[in-house]
Amino acid sequence: MSRISTSFEKLKKEGRTALIPYVTAGDPAPGVTVELLHGMVEAGADVIELGVPFSDPMADGPVIQLACERALLHNTRLLDVLAMVAEFREKDADTPIVLMGYLNPIEILGYQTFAEEAKKAGVDGVLTVDLPPEESGEFNQIMRAHDIDTIYLLAPTTEDERIKYICEHGSGYLYYVSVKGVTGSASLDVQAVADKLDLIREYTTVPLGVGFGIKDAESAKAVSAVADGVIVGSVLVNKIAELVKDQQQIAPQVSAIIKDMRVAMDS
Amino acid sequence: MPTNIDLKALSQLPDSKGHFGPYGGRFVSETLMAALKQLEETYETLWRDPAFQEEFDKDLAHYVGRPSPLYHAKHLTEHVGGAQIYLKREDLNHTGAHKINNTIGQALLAKFTGKPRVIAETGAGQHGVATATVAARLGLECQVYMGAEDVQRQALNVYRMKLLGAEVISVESGTRTLKDAMNEAMRDWVTNVDDTFYIIGTAAGPHPYPKLVRDFQCVIGREARQQCLEQAGRLPDALVACVGGGSNAIGLFHPFIEDADVKMYGVEAGGYGVETGQHAAPLSAGSPGVLHGNRTYLMSDEGGQIIGTHSVSAGLDYPGVGPEHSYLKDTGRAEYVDATDDEAMDAFRALTRIEGIMPAIESSHAVAYAMKLAKEMDKDQIIVVNLSGRGDKDIHTVAQIDGINI
Ligand SMILES: Cc1ncc(COP(=O)(O)O)c(C=O)c1O
Repeated sequence: MSRISTSFEKLKKEGRTALIPYVTAGDPAPGVTVELLHGMVEAGADVIELGVPFSDPMADGPVIQLACERALLHNTRLLDVLAMVAEFREKDADTPIVLMGYLNPIEILGYQTFAEEAKKAGVDGVLTVDLPPEESGEFNQIMRAHDIDTIYLLAPTTEDERIKYICEHGSGYLYYVSVKGVTGSASLDVQAVADKLDLIREYTTVPLGVGFGIKDAESAKAVSAVADGVIVGSVLVNKIAELVKDQQQIAPQVSAIIKDMRVAMDS
Repeated sequence: MPTNIDLKALSQLPDSKGHFGPYGGRFVSETLMAALKQLEETYETLWRDPAFQEEFDKDLAHYVGRPSPLYHAKHLTEHVGGAQIYLKREDLNHTGAHKINNTIGQALLAKFTGKPRVIAETGAGQHGVATATVAARLGLECQVYMGAEDVQRQALNVYRMKLLGAEVISVESGTRTLKDAMNEAMRDWVTNVDDTFYIIGTAAGPHPYPKLVRDFQCVIGREARQQCLEQAGRLPDALVACVGGGSNAIGLFHPFIEDADVKMYGVEAGGYGVETGQHAAPLSAGSPGVLHGNRTYLMSDEGGQIIGTHSVSAGLDYPGVGPEHSYLKDTGRAEYVDATDDEAMDAFRALTRIEGIMPAIESSHAVAYAMKLAKEMDKDQIIVVNLSGRGDKDIHTVAQIDGINI
């Protein structure tokens, strides 16, 4: 079983919801990331979504756009991100890592090379925002051959037939985008999310993570009551942005936010 | 051109998933998939609907002023000494460029789908103006995203859009040009997908945009084909059009795809010279990748990041290109070349002085290459150049190059 499935199984037995933080690799500097990942795990993160910087992050709001720009100032590339994962794996053999980003860097590296390198580094899943299942036949097959989960998005606009179609293709977990919009936009409506998750569960037993619009411990707790995973990104990245001039503080302060959420979710 | 390609099959692309060979497709985040599917269905139904066609044709005739003339540029031909140069006068369209053909079509789609708000991205501002124009006419709310750098170099068009009642949103992210405007328009659409129609300005983006923009622009090539037959008694030997995202070029080329003897040349922005890296010529110097919803030739670095482009013309200053051009390149049906900033400016001046026609700097790239090409051809051969727009919007840029402050 993949590390992602193992984690969700374990949480399920404990009656807990996965806490899944997102940060952009190399933001604000390459040296910060690995320590930050360890800190987040210690604070209670169960799975990590590690953003691969991209010059044109079309699905992201200003907070993550700026994170990409900061990371690209130091030229943090896909291969550098994989090196960070490998370094993280030296001390953490259990916490699943999912790469989140856009297709072009992977396309330019080549699917096969990417899969081999990602596996070697210890990546467990890949979420490519601009790669819906329709276009990902070959990609999905190559990832599968390397035991890497392909994680797909579901949205409020995804209708029944398509939910079924996406569920047939995804593995690891499915990522429900709780609001129409870019990352870091509006707050979510928990009841609407709960209704949609019920509908999605008619088609799949794969765990459901919910992201976009989770801003604090309170909303994390509310979502954890209905989802299998709570994904938080922009709040953390915002904190990183505030600490660009005081980088030693990044790991502890971001971890503190995670800890608050963890405590709220588990109470 | 390779002789083994099936031109009929080529002209019938894209397939049902929006693919032109390996290019095109629908590479967007999930939130937009339903809207694109709906757009595809609406478009396929309406495009076959005689009532829609009639309204579209009527608008093109009485609002845009079509057909646009095919003008035999005898003075330029004589000046160059070679093939006969004909200009397809899209510069004479209402609002001054080919862009209006497409916005008329998409605004009709917006009307039929009942969306009260339209958004657009724009580079040179021609598509923004064309969108603001149709929005004003149909009473739609309109917001136009434009890179901050372009807002400066196309100030005249910015003001035109405002006069037409559109809001121009200056985009400060990334390279502050057309690609960033498109990112921002996509972000807007994802957020307001329920009530907003995104009028994309070129034959790029996720399926069905490359197809529907092409279909709306094909009136250029259909007319040119007919006019050339009438005036010269035969088809042209070569077509030349500038390529930004590729809408004016595909509009001219497509109706000729099955005419195997008609050569096609797409002219990209060579900027300071393709060898300097400072250009906007993905087909000439890029490689396939994925951006803005489609797989196509792109300018990206070895890490897959999109590279900043340079062109004197805002409308060509884009690192990607419509997917159909990528496939026309790979199949050899069309050839893609470039003209530098300097060559385009020379052509701008030449056409202005010799024919009394002031072309857009975008279109000047096509004129520049056509002048080169004509020299190598016989006097009894014919080149049709798509004069995609007029140069009024560029007067500031030209004056600036001349060191004059207007
Ligand atoms: C006059 C004119 N020609 C050409 C272009 C380039 O676009 P496309 O390649 O889609 O025709 C523009 C874009 O702004 C334009 O204004």
